Amino acid sequence: MSDKDNMTDNGTNTETSAAAKADAKAAPGAASGAAPGAAPKNGGDHIKIVKNATCTFCGCVCDDMDLTVDLKEKRITKAKNACVLGRAWFAEHTIEDRPAALIDGREASVEEAVEEAARILLEARYPITYGLSDSTCEAQRVAVAISDIVKGSVDTTTSVCHGPSGIAFQGVGETTSTLGEVKNRADLVIYWGGNPAESHPRHFTRYAVTPKGMHIPNGKKDRTVVLVDVRKTPSAPVSDIFIQVKPGRDFELLWTLRALVNGKKITADVEELTGVARETLDDLVARMKSCSYGVLFFGMGLTMTRGRHFNSGAVLALAADLNQYAPFVAKPVRGHGNVTGADNVVSWQTGYPFGVNFNRGFPRFNPGEFTTVDVLARGEADAALVIATDPASNFPKKAIETLRRIPVISLDTKPTETSRLARVAFSVATYGINTGGTVYRMDDVPITLRPAFESPYPGDEEILTAIRDKILALRPPRQDAAADRAAP
Amino acid sequence: MTLIPGRTSKQGTSLNAGKLKAEYLEVTSTVEMNEDDMKKMKLKDGDRVRLRSPEGEVVVTCRPKKASDLPSGIIFMAYGPSSSELMGSDTAGSGMPLSKQIEVRVEAVGAGEEG
Ligand code: SF4
Repeated sequence: MSDKDNMTDNGTNTETSAAAKADAKAAPGAASGAAPGAAPKNGGDHIKIVKNATCTFCGCVCDDMDLTVDLKEKRITKAKNACVLGRAWFAEHTIEDRPAALIDGREASVEEAVEEAARILLEARYPITYGLSDSTCEAQRVAVAISDIVKGSVDTTTSVCHGPSGIAFQGVGETTSTLGEVKNRADLVIYWGGNPAESHPRHFTRYAVTPKGMHIPNGKKDRTVVLVDVRKTPSAPVSDIFIQVKPGRDFELLWTLRALVNGKKITADVEELTGVARETLDDLVARMKSCSYGVLFFGMGLTMTRGRHFNSGAVLALAADLNQYAPFVAKPVRGHGNVTGADNVVSWQTGYPFGVNFNRGFPRFNPGEFTTVDVLARGEADAALVIATDPASNFPKKAIETLRRIPVISLDTKPTETSRLARVAFSVATYGINTGGTVYRMDDVPITLRPAFESPYPGDEEILTAIRDKILALRPPRQDAAADRAAP
Repeated sequence: MTLIPGRTSKQGTSLNAGKLKAEYLEVTSTVEMNEDDMKKMKLKDGDRVRLRSPEGEVVVTCRPKKASDLPSGIIFMAYGPSSSELMGSDTAGSGMPLSKQIEVRVEAVGAGEEG
C-alpha cells in the first residue's frame, strides 16, 4: 500500500525528491529532452520525480511507480517498476494537440459542448450512461447522479467483463480477501480462464506468485501455481500444473471438482466431457484439500463463455466448499484500472453494481434489460453518455448500429471510434497521470492517485459536474424529487 | 471453428498509443490458428482468411500456433473491431454477449479476391 505521508487530503499533492531538486541546482536546464528511460541525473528544474505513483492501466493498480516527469515537455520519461503495459500507459499519455471539445466534428468551446450535452440528455426519453471503469470514483459518482436526474440507465463496462460474476455474487456469495493476504499466505494459487502474463503482468510478481510473504518465506518455491485454460497461453510457463479444459466445459469441470471435494461419486465419462483426466482431477482435489491457504483467481474465460454467471457461481461455490478444509478464497481478476471502483460506487449509490435504471424514479437492476449491449442492440436508447470506453469498436455490431443513429456524448483521453461518431466529444485529462482522485484495486482496496503533470484538458469529474449543473439549470422546475436529492 | 478473442500485451500497448493507429489495427486483425488445421486448409503463415459468423464477416491475416498451444478447432485473436463484427448481441438476459466463444466458418481468401 502507498504510504500516505506526502499527500494532502484529496491526494493531489505530489512529491519532488530531494535528490532531483539538488540535481536541478547543479545543472539547470540540462538534458531537456531526456530520452525515454533516461535517469534524471542531471535534469533541470523541469524534471520532477513522483514517488509511489499509481498505474491505472489494469486492475492491479500498482501503487509503487516512481515516475520521472519532464514538466516542460509534459510527459513521463521513465516509469520505474512498471510492466510493459504500464510503461506504454505512462509513455503514451502525453499532451496531444486537439480541441478540448467537438460538436458534430467541429471545434467548440467546453461551455458550448457542456450545454449541448445537457440538452441532449434532457431531451432524450431513454438516455444511457456507460463506461466509467477508467475514471475516478469521484467522476463515477457524478455520472450516477446525472443518470438519476435524467431518469436513464447507468451501466459500466462490468456488464461486459465480470457482470456475470456480479450476478453470481448475489446468488452464491463471495469468500474473499485482499491481495495482501494472498501474498502473505497463499500456498496454492489457481488461475482459471485468465492470462495474467499478458493482461495483468505484475499480478504474478507483485501479489500472487513470486513475492515472499509472512507465511511464504521463499516466494514462488513455497507456492503451487495451477493454470486452467482452453489454450496454452503465455501464462502457462509460470504455472507448475497446466490443465487444458475443453472450450465451453468450465462449468462441468468446476462442478466435478465440487463433487470430488464433497466426496460424491462421479461418472467415468468425465475426461471425455471436460478434456481432463481423472488422475489430474484427483491430484488437484488433494492439493486443494491439503493446502494451508488457497486462492482461485478467475478471468473472463469463465464469464464470457457459455454458462457465464453459472461458471462464476461454480468457482465461488467451490471456494466456499473448500473452507471445510482450509481457508480458500475466490477473486475475479478485474481488467480496467477502476472497474472495481465503478462496482463500488454504483452499488453504494443505487444498491446494485451495474445495469441500473432510474426510469421510474428509483433504481432497478436487471441484467439483460438495462445492460448496455441489450439496450443498444434492441435500439431502445435514444442518447448515450459514454465515459472512458469505446463501445463503437468493441460491442456487437447491432449495438454499434444504434450508437451510430443516436446522439452520443463521449469523454475520452484519445480519439476513438466512439469519439468519432459522437455528436459531442470531449478530450479529457488522464486519471492518475493528470488528475488525482480515488480508484479501487481489484480486491476492493481504495488507492489515492498522485498525478504527475497537469493537462490542458479538464478531467472527467469536472466535465460531468458541469453537465450535471447545466442539466439542473435547464430542466423544467420541480420535475421530480429524486433529482433534488442528487442536486449539490 | 470456435473463435476466442482475448487480450494480448501487444493489443494492450498499442491501445495506449491510440486505437486509430496502424499498430492497433494490425494486431486486432490477425488470427492465430492451430498449425495442423492450417495445413489441412492449405494455409501459410500470413495468408488471408475470411471468418464468417451469423452476424457478419471479416477478412484477417492468419498465423500458425503449435498444436500443443492451441487445440484444433480453436482460433484466437485480440479484441478489436474485427471481433466485434462477428459477435452476436444476444446476452441471454445477462448483459454479456458470448464474446469469448464465437462460432465462425473459416475460408481461405484467394489472391485478388479482396476488394
Ligand atoms: S500490472 Fe497493471 S497496474 Fe501494474 S504496472 Fe502493469 S499495467 Fe500497470
